[in-house]
Amino acid sequence: MDKLSALSPCSGLLPLTIGAAKVVEVEPGHLTSVAPYNRQHDKLSKAMKAVCGVAYPQANGLTRDGDTQAIWFGHAQAILVGPAADAGLAKHAALTDQSDAWAVVTLSGDAAEDVLARLVPVDVRLAHFAVGQAVRTQLMHLSVSLARVDEGTFQIMAFRSMAHTLVHDLKTAMEAVAARG
Amino acid sequence: MRVAGKGLLDYSKPVTFSFDGVNYTGLEGDTLASALLANEVRLVGRSFKYHRPRGILTAGSEEPNALVTVGQGGRQEPNVRATMQELYEGLSARSQNRGLSLQFDPMAITDLAAPFLGAGFYYKTFMWPRAFWEKLYEPIIRRAAGLGALSGEDNADVYDKAYAFCDLLVIGSGPAGLMAALVAGRAGADVILAEEDSRMGGRLLAETQEFDGKPGHVWADEVLTELRSMDNVRLMTRTAVTGAYDGGTFGALERVRHHLGSRPAGAPIETFWRIASKRAVLAAGALERPVAFRNNDRPGIMTAGAVRTYLNRWGVAPGQRVAVFGNTNDIHRTARDLLDAGVHVAGVIDSRHDGPTSEDYPVYRGAQVSNSAGRKALESITIRSASGEQNLHADCLAMSGGWNPTVHLTCHMNGRPTWKREIESFVPTPGAIPGMEAAGACNGTFSTAACLREGAEVVTRALADLGHTAPKVTQPRAEDDAYEIAPLWAVPGKGRAWLDFQNDVTVKDVKQAAVENFRSVEHMKRYTTQGMATDQGKNSNVAALAILADATGRGIPETGTTTFRPPYSPVPIAALGAGGTGKSFAAERFTTSHAANVERGAPLIEAGLWYRPSYFTKAGETTWRESCDREVGYVRNAVGVADVSTLGKIDVQGKDAGQFLDFVYTNMFSSLKVGRTRYGLMLREDGFVMDDGTTARLGENHYVMTTTTAGAGDVMKHLEFVNQALRRDLDVQFTSVTEQWAQFAVAGPKSREVLDALLDQPLTDEDWPFMACGPVKVLGVDARLFRISFSGEHAYEVAVPARYGDSLFRLLAKKAEALGGGVYGMEALNVLRIEKGFITHSEIHGRTTAYDIGMGRMVSAKKDCIGKTMTQRPGLEEPGREVLVGLKPVDTNGQVLAGAHLYKQGDEPVRTNDQGYLTSVCHSPTLGHMLALGFMADGRERHGEIVKMVDGLRGVETLCEVVDPVFFDQQGERVRG
Amino acid sequence: MRITCPLCGERDRREFYYKGHAVSLNRPEPDAGEEVWDNYVYLRDNPAGETRDLWYHEGGCGAWIEVTRNTVTHEITATQLVSEETS
Repeated sequence: MDKLSALSPCSGLLPLTIGAAKVVEVEPGHLTSVAPYNRQHDKLSKAMKAVCGVAYPQANGLTRDGDTQAIWFGHAQAILVGPAADAGLAKHAALTDQSDAWAVVTLSGDAAEDVLARLVPVDVRLAHFAVGQAVRTQLMHLSVSLARVDEGTFQIMAFRSMAHTLVHDLKTAMEAVAARG
Repeated sequence: MRVAGKGLLDYSKPVTFSFDGVNYTGLEGDTLASALLANEVRLVGRSFKYHRPRGILTAGSEEPNALVTVGQGGRQEPNVRATMQELYEGLSARSQNRGLSLQFDPMAITDLAAPFLGAGFYYKTFMWPRAFWEKLYEPIIRRAAGLGALSGEDNADVYDKAYAFCDLLVIGSGPAGLMAALVAGRAGADVILAEEDSRMGGRLLAETQEFDGKPGHVWADEVLTELRSMDNVRLMTRTAVTGAYDGGTFGALERVRHHLGSRPAGAPIETFWRIASKRAVLAAGALERPVAFRNNDRPGIMTAGAVRTYLNRWGVAPGQRVAVFGNTNDIHRTARDLLDAGVHVAGVIDSRHDGPTSEDYPVYRGAQVSNSAGRKALESITIRSASGEQNLHADCLAMSGGWNPTVHLTCHMNGRPTWKREIESFVPTPGAIPGMEAAGACNGTFSTAACLREGAEVVTRALADLGHTAPKVTQPRAEDDAYEIAPLWAVPGKGRAWLDFQNDVTVKDVKQAAVENFRSVEHMKRYTTQGMATDQGKNSNVAALAILADATGRGIPETGTTTFRPPYSPVPIAALGAGGTGKSFAAERFTTSHAANVERGAPLIEAGLWYRPSYFTKAGETTWRESCDREVGYVRNAVGVADVSTLGKIDVQGKDAGQFLDFVYTNMFSSLKVGRTRYGLMLREDGFVMDDGTTARLGENHYVMTTTTAGAGDVMKHLEFVNQALRRDLDVQFTSVTEQWAQFAVAGPKSREVLDALLDQPLTDEDWPFMACGPVKVLGVDARLFRISFSGEHAYEVAVPARYGDSLFRLLAKKAEALGGGVYGMEALNVLRIEKGFITHSEIHGRTTAYDIGMGRMVSAKKDCIGKTMTQRPGLEEPGREVLVGLKPVDTNGQVLAGAHLYKQGDEPVRTNDQGYLTSVCHSPTLGHMLALGFMADGRERHGEIVKMVDGLRGVETLCEVVDPVFFDQQGERVRG
Repeated sequence: MRITCPLCGERDRREFYYKGHAVSLNRPEPDAGEEVWDNYVYLRDNPAGETRDLWYHEGGCGAWIEVTRNTVTHEITATQLVSEETS
């Protein structure tokens, strides 16, 4: 009997530990792009809070309730992570399933900031990039979402098709940092 | 020679190294230069042009002479400054630009020919015959002149780049820089202190002066200990700030492993930093300038500051009988330091008449050094004074023509420095780099006490800008002597007096340039090569332009300086390009079928960043054409499967989604029925075609647009622009879903059979006519199906969430193979579309309109859209325009080539007779000959005409018949069948 | 060069794509005539001094931004979201 089997974006590539940095793939559940329609931002945020437990995030931030996250994802866009989006939200926003579109990994360890300093042109030091901050930027050539999910852990989302490159870039930087001792 | 008890290094830690194959011993903390001098090696290189023996001139990154090669093969690094190369166990360095050996260099004969080899010699001499330049003259000159060489192998070292951020960047760690960092650190500011040297402290490591009664370097270490304990201060040693750019961005090169013998895998040798800083304090110090006199380039002649550095920091006396020559009180400081260390001071030659005298050593006031003598190293100097000339035995001459503030970074944004007569040199022009202020010697402030004071003042202003209050920091008591200088650029006389040691430029060369009317400093530089190569004239520029000023009868400020551009000191291209080689050069995008493609051995072709299979070779096939023809046959006769996920897919939603699409496409989408798909053409605002693709209406307010693979990014930018800037009245949102869906074309007469085996519901003609679309279930998984075709056959595209892509591709391939079909690659896909006259970016290449490609009627008259107004310009629809045609060779074996041009049969193939050109060609296995798409003047009216295709590059001429661009199934029956 | 994205904050220039002068915001009516359209699509001033141009935060949030900057000093004096312009 034929059957479709699923592969995760980074299958066969992770986990990876080099020196004081570690990268693992995250299985985030559903990913839904939430793009508010004109003048619906506040209503959307209330509805999200009511049905998902997380409000629409501020720019460069995320909201969180247990395993549910709403990550600010750029101009007029957030991404709801965890449960499937309630269809009722479609009144206020364009909802688009992106569950298979993004490779989601975490980078953690004492060397994490030094690794990112080799890849990302934003200041990722804790004092300037606090827990709960979530930016859109570039990791080398990749367009990514970068969030600090706890003091020692960054969550990185990159296009699924570029998962190989994401891991290559992280690995190169991790080796460079580890070699400096 | 090492002087017992002197120096800031550990005598108990010997380090062995070699130079030109000879083993020596130095100490931990030595540079190659200090270790060579300690071993009394004074001849270290041959000069660029005349192969003159040269020694170490300086003790810093400005060194022009002591350039060596370190490493072998892929790790060979030429032009390493011995003054910057730290010693490590086993370091092996070689001299450069010499013949048989450093001691005996046959090329030194060029020195004898020097009278003929002055400025402009090459320009004037090797003009004729012209053909000789490339073949004969240049290779000879290149062999004779030069610096070090690369090995020709790939660079085996690893480089990386990194970003750093701070509120305040302090450049340089001498007294002014340390004071600035200390004040800022205590104020709690976010500080980076960057120092080019391996050890922080600047001149405090090189001088004997005291701070509150203790040695200056002890004070420096105390400050550094405090700075190291602060979380808000980051110290970066071995890091040269090489450029200042807009918006507080600085480039900096960190030498990470040049001082270490080992090279572990993945360990970068250098890191190029991009530092973003809100404010900066430039405390880069000053560079001492040599004096130009006859034979001033002999090994053993050094700058006075370098002599003190070698003595005080590294415990090395560069000679046993040292003479000192100069025009400031620094010469007496040098003499005292030497005397205190027990080194014999042969004499002090002070060009000033009113300088101090001494009872400890002979002082020649109002005198100049006019010549030097010695074989391969200094043995004596000639002193000229009012009473005549006399010789003095000396094996080292410490010379000082004064100090040049290191203004370079302040000029990187087109700023020009200001002449300051009191110090006979240039100082930074305030405000030249927004947010950066200079302090200390680089600002022309030379006493140590004043440097400390200015460091604190400047940083206090910067801190106020940043919202910090500077704490009161007690300044230690330090030397506060006046800097009294009398100009001394060149000692008059015969013979060659060297200015630019690295490029062998003499005083005479600069004067010659002026005589030949190269009066502008920029012209003089290029005519003489003054100030080029690794040191960029750090030692010589000011003196050279003083001489040019004199020769042209102008003042120095009027003469001006050459432009200082980044980098301040050499940055290897490998460091600038770090993160841009190998797999890091660009991202790779892989489809979900990538693993299966690789397993099947398909050669991959890049499409944008994607890697797509070209063709799938079967056993027995020896050429790509055989594979391609077979794959085309699958689609025409059975069923083919191809991954088309790389096409851009954009989800468009909102109550105004239809109107929005009407505005970005030439044709109507608001009228499209739900469950149907339509081909759309997108223009740029100038009226030319931008992109094309199908858009499906999935719901009342929900569309999914496809773009070409290559155009996806540009289309997204364009849609965002239209939405954010031009049509804010429309309530629409869109997002890329290219990554979400794995999409496969299933094409051919048996395509439905393949799909029926995998779909939960079989397909029917009533529900799934041509251009239908809608949701389906593939083996229980929610999927989308589109009945669209890029091959002209009965075909579908099926899309599943990407996690199932690999699995579905393998299943589709298996089902197709069972029906006599199989997978096909890009080559077959291209043949299939050319046979049908379908266009790609080969045809919509940016210079074609809807009219040109035969789609003029797709520009709807009922509405406005992007590009509509401009595409209706008369010139874009007038007779004579080159429009899309099909071409087939008259002889079925004839060859057509993309890029070839078309001419009337009897015409000469020259530009003025040009009728058009070919954009896409293929061999059609379906029709049995080659086909081409192309553009030809009035082509639509010329079907049936025989024209001549000429490919001048490849020498091919073929007679072709002009035909309709749709070669196969012109009625389109197969796609609906 | 650094550009302050009104949404993301100050970012390195490498994250941005450059389009051209902000005149692109003022799209004429279809029947505005040849001269107006020629001006809109092709003709640009080349000022020494202040200019306004459009940048796309492609490596960031995807916002189109109007940047007011000085072509002589390179100073950026203002940035604004195109979607929030009051025209």
